[in-house]
Amino acid sequence: MITLSVNGVDHALDIDPSMPLLYALRNHLNLNGAKYGCGLGQCGACTVHVDGKPVFSCVTPASAVQGKPIRTIEGLGTPDRPSPLQHAFIDHQAAQCGYCIAGMIMRAQALLDTRPTSTEAEIRDYLQPNLCRCGTHMRIIGAIVQAFGAVAKQHTDDTHGAHA
Amino acid sequence: MSRREPDPHTPAARADTVDAPGRRRFLVAGSLTVGFSLLPGAHAYAQRATEDAAPVAGSAAAGKLPGNLASTPLLDAWIRIDAQSHITVYTGKAELGTGIQTAFTQIAAEELQVAPAQIHLVTADTGLTPNEGYTAGSHSTADSGTAILNAAAQVRELLLESAAGKLDVPTSALSVRDGRIVSVDGRSLSFGDAVAGLDLHRDAKPVSPLIPPAQYRVLGTPVPRIDIPAKVSGGASYVQDMRLPGMLHARAVRPPSYGATLIDVDSAAVEAMPGVVKVVRDGSYLAVVARDEWQAILAMRALERSARWQTVAKLPTPDTIYDTLLALPRREIIAGSRHGDAAPAVQTLHARYTKPYLSHGSIGPSCAIAHLDGGKMTVWTHAQGVFPLRGGLAELLAMKPDDIRCIHVPGAGCYGHNPADDAAADAALIARAVPGAPVRVQWMREQEHTWEPFGPAMITDVKASLDASGRVVDWQYEIWSNSHNQRIDNAGRLLPAQYLAQPFTPAPPQPIPMPEGGGDRNSVPLYDFPNFDVRYHFLPDMPIRVSAQRGLGAFQNVFTIESFIDELAAAAHADPVEFRLRHLSDRRGRDVIALAATKFGWNPARPRVPGHGVGFAFAQYKNLMSYLAIAVELRVVPETGDVRIERVVGAVDCGQIVNPDGVRNQIEGGILQSASWTLYEAVRYDEGGIRSFDWSSYPIMRFSQVPAKVDVHLIDRPGAPFLGAGEASQGPTAAAIANAIAAATGRRVRDLPMAAGGRLREFSGQARNG
Repeated sequence: MITLSVNGVDHALDIDPSMPLLYALRNHLNLNGAKYGCGLGQCGACTVHVDGKPVFSCVTPASAVQGKPIRTIEGLGTPDRPSPLQHAFIDHQAAQCGYCIAGMIMRAQALLDTRPTSTEAEIRDYLQPNLCRCGTHMRIIGAIVQAFGAVAKQHTDDTHGAHA
Repeated sequence: MSRREPDPHTPAARADTVDAPGRRRFLVAGSLTVGFSLLPGAHAYAQRATEDAAPVAGSAAAGKLPGNLASTPLLDAWIRIDAQSHITVYTGKAELGTGIQTAFTQIAAEELQVAPAQIHLVTADTGLTPNEGYTAGSHSTADSGTAILNAAAQVRELLLESAAGKLDVPTSALSVRDGRIVSVDGRSLSFGDAVAGLDLHRDAKPVSPLIPPAQYRVLGTPVPRIDIPAKVSGGASYVQDMRLPGMLHARAVRPPSYGATLIDVDSAAVEAMPGVVKVVRDGSYLAVVARDEWQAILAMRALERSARWQTVAKLPTPDTIYDTLLALPRREIIAGSRHGDAAPAVQTLHARYTKPYLSHGSIGPSCAIAHLDGGKMTVWTHAQGVFPLRGGLAELLAMKPDDIRCIHVPGAGCYGHNPADDAAADAALIARAVPGAPVRVQWMREQEHTWEPFGPAMITDVKASLDASGRVVDWQYEIWSNSHNQRIDNAGRLLPAQYLAQPFTPAPPQPIPMPEGGGDRNSVPLYDFPNFDVRYHFLPDMPIRVSAQRGLGAFQNVFTIESFIDELAAAAHADPVEFRLRHLSDRRGRDVIALAATKFGWNPARPRVPGHGVGFAFAQYKNLMSYLAIAVELRVVPETGDVRIERVVGAVDCGQIVNPDGVRNQIEGGILQSASWTLYEAVRYDEGGIRSFDWSSYPIMRFSQVPAKVDVHLIDRPGAPFLGAGEASQGPTAAAIANAIAAATGRRVRDLPMAAGGRLREFSGQARNG
């Protein structure tokens, strides 16, 4: 048995230990967000968080991440209650086919969690591993910049509130 | 407005093919060069081959109907309303990630005068929707959107007439408000009440009571796309995400190269692997089906290791491909010509441009699910044409088309004829071997990259003369290209069918006739040249598998024409924008050029800065759809040859705008994708086979190469026909980048891709010195 802790819930799965995390998430936990794109860690469509860091789930054996906290886009928010980053992607209509988008959001979320004051240049640099074929990059960047701004403002408001 | 050509499946088109076998043999042999016009009935035969067509109407009256009402005139084929007032709208077009679901919902909502949320839209499904051929060629809004617009207006009118009878008031006393039909006396009826006793199973009329554009409430507004919330939150948005009860997972094993024959394979050892249900072998077709996807992948890899193949492929190489194409047998097509009076030529320029094979490169490899149950096959597919696919599968499986249902479910981005149909054929073949169980097949990355039908390599050659006043007086243009349309005319066009023990042969390539054109799409200059000849050397023999890619030949032709226009402008010592306007009387063309130039701040007197350049380009897609002008500012880094796009400004006129944000999204995306094609992309291959098998051997644009800024400006034309926006920016972007690189480096790059492998380093020294 392989035990995976996904979005705060433990799951005991009877799967081949060599199975990449991607297939465990998609086929054994019925999570759609992480996508098969290349199986090689070259496109980022499969990006999820392990221990708060973005990983390519297509090249990460499920057995290697047992007991570690795994977060997928399903753990961020829902269509009715989107996270700030998801909200920004909706605001910017930052998708065409959308196949790469869950991976884009998870990659950006990792940066937002660790370096929320990143500049647009730093955001672009951080997104380098992720590919989009529809050419939606400008909107993806716009959405992420907006979300960083919203989180920074929230942080400022909170800090200001604490001083008041 | 769009043109419509007969579909191969219509009776009229079939009649044209009765005497075709002789010509087919000729084409298969492909060893003769014969003038196109010498072929008896060649014109009619050529009309079979369009990628864009919906079937033509059965009656002359229907032919006058707007959009695809002409092919499907019955109102209830498009719109149904039940007693509970649920409104269902049907389109034969598919959502390919362009936002047509939202756009068509807006169109129907506007004419029915209800909120978009009240519309339920059903997309391409052979069991439910009109047959609208392929979702391709920027035709969706023009053909299907126009049909829905008119059908909805006519249904609204019929509802009002029905309600008038029930309420015993004149229709002039009625209006639609908040989804109800309201009388001036205060009484009201729901749509469900009004539709009672009303038969919508009737032909549409040629003229519809359309809402005046000035009164639009939904049409022309940036309604958010209905599919995006699910796509940003892990919803089941794609065929890849479907899970059916009892579903099995399969993988096909592709041969090592084109045409290879399977000698032997140890199927028994693989069938003993965990979870494996069956190895499916039919001649050189090999696949495996398992309970779990990872098990299927492990079994596929085991089959690959044990399979022994006899290979036969001997491909040209990138070094020899253009000479190879130039030497292939041709069918000669006159794409266009004009001959008139002109001043004497004082100088003549000549140049040749090339484009390599390009990959569609969807981020998600192709996928399909098929289920054979009780003699009926259901296939869920992201193919562009569910009806043509059904025809191909019927032939492949020796089943009646009525026993096969193909349902479109979105996949990853579609930029033309990718392996979606091939994956559907895989799923159907494997599902037939395990009846009763749904079978999901997804291609592996290396399969998608090496086996897809690429966008064809092309050569274009142009020679033009200027008179003493700097006007073009003559223009001679030639194209060498394979077919841009190897879509599913028969089972043999499906890759798996070619490897069966009883293989199917692909239908011979056919050119798409003008004005749509294939390799010659957009090859006729829109400019006011007094003399031109445009010749298309159509090459039936295909050394590498090819088919339709976004824009077809328009990408290379507009790249060539709009690059050469700049070369001519330089020779005439004219500003490139002024030089274009000098030769263009088309008002809408002039408008987008003026808008792009103004918004960009185009300055004819700008100082030359080495390593830094601006470029401009313009085209009307197919010379009959959307107008687009674009200006680009970029920098070429001398040390690396990298291109940094600093600014892009586009201006587009696509007729009446349905959703301005949707248009912007399409144009922005097209600009970035075209920039990637133009600067970085080329399929790698050698004599043994295709060698681009992943994203390192087929690099595309990454974020470090994304422009700093892209602005798209729209010209709305209220009430004008929808012109489609999906492909308008592909060609102009390439030329604008080429022109900007020429300005930055002082050197003209005529061979794509322009910036791969740091090749612009060789030019940057010149720019510094020059």
